[in-house]
Amino acid sequence: MTDVNMQVVIAGVTLKNPVITSSGTYGAGREYSEFIDLSRLGAVTAKGIADVPWEGNPAPRIAEVSGGMLNCIGLQNPGVDVFLERDLPFLREAGCGVIVNVVGHEPDEYYRVVDRLNGVQGIDLLEINISCPNVKAGGLALGTDPAVVEEVTRNCKRYASQPCIMKLTPNVTDIRAIAAACEAGGADAISLINSITGMKIDIERQTFALSNRTGGLSGPCVKPVAVRMVYEAARTVSIPVIGMGGIMTADDAVEFMLAGASAVSIGMANFIDPYVPLKVIDGLRDYCIRHGIASVSELTGAVHA
Amino acid sequence: MKRKETAAVVSQDRIADGIFSLWLQVSFAKEAEAGQFVSLFTADGTRLLPRPVSICETDKDAGRIRLVYRIAGAGTEGFSKLKAGDRIDVMGPLGRGFPIDLALGKRVLLIGGGIGIPPMLSAAKAIRLRDPDAAVTCAVGYRTNDRYLYNDLSAVSDVVVSTDDGSYGVHGTVMDAVRFSDADPQLIFACGPKVMLRAVKEYAKTKGVPCFISMEERMACGVGVCLGCICQTTGIDEHSHVKKARVCTDGPVFPAEEVDLT
Ligand SMILES: Cc1cc2nc3c(=O)[nH]c(=O)nc-3n(C[C@H](O)[C@H](O)[C@H](O)COP(=O)(O)OP(=O)(O)OC[C@H]3O[C@@H](n4cnc5c(N)ncnc54)[C@H](O)[C@@H]3O)c2cc1C
Ligand SMILES: Cc1cc2nc3c(=O)[nH]c(=O)nc-3n(C[C@H](O)[C@H](O)[C@H](O)COP(=O)(O)O)c2cc1C
Ligand code: FES
Repeated sequence: MTDVNMQVVIAGVTLKNPVITSSGTYGAGREYSEFIDLSRLGAVTAKGIADVPWEGNPAPRIAEVSGGMLNCIGLQNPGVDVFLERDLPFLREAGCGVIVNVVGHEPDEYYRVVDRLNGVQGIDLLEINISCPNVKAGGLALGTDPAVVEEVTRNCKRYASQPCIMKLTPNVTDIRAIAAACEAGGADAISLINSITGMKIDIERQTFALSNRTGGLSGPCVKPVAVRMVYEAARTVSIPVIGMGGIMTADDAVEFMLAGASAVSIGMANFIDPYVPLKVIDGLRDYCIRHGIASVSELTGAVHA
Repeated sequence: MKRKETAAVVSQDRIADGIFSLWLQVSFAKEAEAGQFVSLFTADGTRLLPRPVSICETDKDAGRIRLVYRIAGAGTEGFSKLKAGDRIDVMGPLGRGFPIDLALGKRVLLIGGGIGIPPMLSAAKAIRLRDPDAAVTCAVGYRTNDRYLYNDLSAVSDVVVSTDDGSYGVHGTVMDAVRFSDADPQLIFACGPKVMLRAVKEYAKTKGVPCFISMEERMACGVGVCLGCICQTTGIDEHSHVKKARVCTDGPVFPAEEVDLT
């Protein structure tokens, strides 16, 4: 058969393939360009950017757990000005899709960043990370309340010239309600899952492994939860879903697409092997050839009972 | 260029109780610098994060690096079972090493505490290679008289030793050995536990001597993207514009005055 069509379209933006690298695990691309040709990627998602620099949490910020890791980076970032001056010019030239991830402590901070990015050349999509702990809500994420999610989505859309992906936190009882709120607020796409709140205790020292006590769990250990949530969200909304959480191989990526994802994103796996995104792209193509599939997008939601 | 590859084990020896010396065949030995490190990956699919280990020696002609590590947990325990011909995933060379240029023509004091000793051997050798007449003193602190790497260090430097239990050399900390040695350094490189680095920094400040220290922190990516391995800095860092530098890429070696060790 002729070659597989690997293109996917997310909110009107054509990506050369459905493989994206996840926010916070890829800097702004520069470091991994030493290992791989970024132009082969569907897109790179930059580290979460706030209106001003954020300090993040003290060390230790990393703990290993079986089949994954916990992190409490605390969204350390240099702020939108430095990002636009230093990081975006590099990413824009990298030849892949560019997604900019936006963070804030409260809604106004998100809007300020989105407003700054409004109209900036070379940004294909915005990803609004509504998993950040919200100061006014006592540290609870904005993304846990459907009404707030809908309002934040609507306002981001008002300020943004680029299409908006809302990135959901899995730390909710019903992901379908949050996905529906994003769609109602006018989101162009959703992505999930962000990391799952967890904890590790160092039993020898009888203290917390992380400075922040809790941290976000990611890696292969979260994958079954992520696949389930992607499935539920994709059945609820008609906007595209970007699936992530524990993808290490092309087989994992296929699973997410069958569950309903239009594209997939790779996070922790980059740390273990920077060549994983390329292996996933090649493996997805091989899978399609093996199964006689002409276009990778046919996999989206193709799971059946 | 950094890369990740599967390396062949050339040899492995136990050189003291719980301390192992591992030679690996890698493609990047020629580029590896003193004070840089590599990430080692376990063969156990549930322990995914890299184990950072300093480069202790390089054999650039043969394309080999030597790592000396202590069993600290399940990952390093697994590495200790490796035999010649086995394979292990490794990423490197990583981080910024010691500024060897600054050492040329100077009296240099290298201070290593415990498992901070291995990178001091790579520093001593790198200085010697560039300047065969260099006056290099190594002050090394052990828990007890196991003195791993002592002979290697003696071949390239004057060595003063301390042991915590007094079983060899100066009874006390490595700083006691430094004072005992009446070294009059013009430059200091150090690696070891934080309490030691704090004392080294203080000593260097009192003496008015430039000092570079190698830091340790938990890592996830090892290449500067995750911001997991930060240390507190005295000034605004270049990357994030806060007071936090990445040990894996801005370090592990830092000018002592730039790191806040409190
Ligand atoms: C730049 C750098 C250079 C190092 N060089 C050496 C060396 O030359 N020789 C040597 O023996 N040790 C060195 N270490 C420490 C070494 O990385 C740890 O002892 C090792 O990671 C322990 O792994 P484990 O699986 O045996 O222990 P576990 O406690 O089971 O490890 C669990 C997790 O914690 C991490 N971790 C545990 N201790 C440390 C530590 N001290 N520093 C960073 N991460 C840690 C592990 O990488 C792993 O992700 C270095 C550390 C750093 C940061
Ligand atoms: C160290 C680290 C930092 C992260 N930082 C961000 C971030 O800034 N913004 C964000 O939306 N998600 C962030 N995430 C979440 C990831 O983008 C991803 O959603 C999550 O890790 C699940 O995917 P994985 O299992 O493939 O890593 C971070 C994850 C890790 C491990
Ligand atoms: S380990 Fe990821 S930035 Fe240093």
